[in-house]
Amino acid sequence: MAKIIGLPKLSPTMEEGTLAAWVKKEGDAVDIDDLLAEVETDKATMEFRSFDRGVLLKILVPAGETLAPDTPVAIIGKAGEDISALLAEVASQGSQASTQAAPAPAPAPASAPVPVNTPPAPMPAHASSAVHEMTQRAVRREGERVLSSPLVRRMAREHDIELRAVIGTGPKGRIIKRDVESFLASGAASAQAVSQSASRGARRGPEIVKASQMRKTIARRLTESKQTVPHFYLTIDVDAGPLWDARKKMNEALKKQERKVSLNDLIIKACAVALRRVPAVNASWAGDAIHYHQVVDISVAVSVPDGLMTPVVRDADVLGVLEINEKVRDLAKRAREKKLALDEMQNGTFSISNLGMYGIEEFAAVINPPEGALIAIGTVREEPVVKDGQVVPGRRMKMTLSCDHRVVDGAIGAQYLAALKKLIEAPLNMLL
Amino acid sequence: MRSIRYREAVREALLEEMDRDEAVFLMGEEVGHYQGAYKVSEGLLAQFGEKRVIDTPIAEAGFAGIGIGAAMTGLRPVIEFMTWNFSFVAFDQIISNAAKIYQMSGGKITVPIVFRGPNGAAKQVGAQHSHAVSPFYVSIPGIWVAIPSTPRDAKGLLKTAIRDDNPVVFLEGETLYNVKGDVPETDDDELIPFGKARIAREGDGCTIVAWGSPYYTALEAAEELAKDGIECEVVDPRTLRPLDIETIVESVKKTNRCVIVHEHWPYGGPGAEIADQVQRRAFDYLDAPIERVASLDLPMPYATNLETLVLPTVPRVVEAVRKATYAR
Repeated sequence: MAKIIGLPKLSPTMEEGTLAAWVKKEGDAVDIDDLLAEVETDKATMEFRSFDRGVLLKILVPAGETLAPDTPVAIIGKAGEDISALLAEVASQGSQASTQAAPAPAPAPASAPVPVNTPPAPMPAHASSAVHEMTQRAVRREGERVLSSPLVRRMAREHDIELRAVIGTGPKGRIIKRDVESFLASGAASAQAVSQSASRGARRGPEIVKASQMRKTIARRLTESKQTVPHFYLTIDVDAGPLWDARKKMNEALKKQERKVSLNDLIIKACAVALRRVPAVNASWAGDAIHYHQVVDISVAVSVPDGLMTPVVRDADVLGVLEINEKVRDLAKRAREKKLALDEMQNGTFSISNLGMYGIEEFAAVINPPEGALIAIGTVREEPVVKDGQVVPGRRMKMTLSCDHRVVDGAIGAQYLAALKKLIEAPLNMLL
Repeated sequence: MRSIRYREAVREALLEEMDRDEAVFLMGEEVGHYQGAYKVSEGLLAQFGEKRVIDTPIAEAGFAGIGIGAAMTGLRPVIEFMTWNFSFVAFDQIISNAAKIYQMSGGKITVPIVFRGPNGAAKQVGAQHSHAVSPFYVSIPGIWVAIPSTPRDAKGLLKTAIRDDNPVVFLEGETLYNVKGDVPETDDDELIPFGKARIAREGDGCTIVAWGSPYYTALEAAEELAKDGIECEVVDPRTLRPLDIETIVESVKKTNRCVIVHEHWPYGGPGAEIADQVQRRAFDYLDAPIERVASLDLPMPYATNLETLVLPTVPRVVEAVRKATYAR
């Protein structure tokens, strides 16, 4: 009996997914756990595997579409089975599903939402071209295809114009000659305005870039956090000298192995140990309960080309600093390559965000729900400090704890920072 | 320059060439005593006699074949089809003999023959008598196809056709015989070369390629579009084989848009050929898909209101240009 296959929810937070590429094509035999397609979710490009055995009778949605979970995407059944009833069922849901699946996209002129019941793109008959198909899609996946006339493409080459920035006024948003001409006119005019530093220059509209899945996730989650989580912030200034020295000594010891740890690795360790000392901060609000976590899993904010990811260092309180270093390096590298597995990005209990390398003195970060707190690390400042009545050179560092007030009260947060300060100013205490 | 009618221009070409060269003769139905079904050969019988202005029975295959034979022996026949619709019964002579003999004789035998007559729809002459035949003949290597739009072109091109050593299909416009236009004086002996398009109107907004009767439709549309600030460049290829694609491509490179207007059916033919060549040669210059305005894809209806709908009209050309220039 043939059945309709819906787009699976590939992560708990997935509200929509983009069918990046079909791996199977119509007519292919499918076994349980066979890779059907690749789906770009809010987190990563995930594998969409089959729960069924049979033949892929029909692909209902071509690659490139963004859909809500459970939207019908394929029909699997026995070879030669009559699927007309199922197709009719899909068609009857079609208009409804498409409104759910493709929430009005940003008003980019080129992006008319395509209904989900569009006939699938014809699949090449020979197997080897499936790979070719995928690479082709991959090129386009970055953004929508820019429609432009051949003349416009030549003009773009000659004037070195990024066509993505040009608004097309032709059919389907095709960029035509007059669009490039007005773009050039406005560009030249504004350049001129700059050189003359005139107060008024030619103005032009914003460049419209379609938000990636990751961007949408960041937007959604952080808005949700800032709107629903009652944040408050505590800042503490600590003596970073001892930690600095500890790192130096460790790296001297590691020199023979040609390995190194970073200050950040030590901070992760210190924060994790401090969470054991003040476990009330290692907690989440759950509506009618508070979850006090029994593990210390630290989410580390990693900047990636078009956004930010928070891979998790599990059991950071018990890991050695070198282990933390290896873990973070591996996670960060794979985060940039978008190769993190879902469970490597989920279920942290506390977050660390470090902008010290940019010279940021202090900042207040947005909590990463459902975590109850996050610490923002500033840069290590070399400055004169007063020690025993004497002014001496010192190293200071500011840390700002963002707390979810539903879970962490001011005093608890302050206790945590005090505990952390102790560890940083006397790293040996971490061994206690 | 004086202004004469298209039919007079064709007649002058015949007269001058027959006068110049004894080998030239005219043969066809009603060309002699009746002075031509469209009065193109008026006075020629009286001037050149029955040996050189020959009335034939209604037997196109026969007299087309006789003409080809005569050409092979060194004469320069001009074979008139009363209309090109009747050439179909002589098609085998044209495609199998006229077009082939030069090549099949290893270049020993030339066939300097001109087949001429009115082409295209007239008013209510029915489906069988309304053909625009250029697609059939233009696809045959070994034959030139000329299709003059103006009296001057008709005269200059026919004189060239008669002097050419290759078979020429010469398509006169059935509805154009009364069109008046400037033609140089008789003693100018103007020859218009094959494969040289004429730019009838200059503009930088859109190139319109048109020939035969729709040439005038295109000019009228261009006038109308100019009122809206769209200056069209109208290019008349004058001969469809050889085709002066360079002039068309140069124009498209300037205007970045191309609309092709023709009376023949939309499937294939010179309209499609020009579209194909332009898209390949001027690909990087096109700002819009090439548009074509053709007769509708059906046998010509007899009813005059329907006939008007089938043929290319000014509004259809205007619409195509607006589409190509994204002017809505």
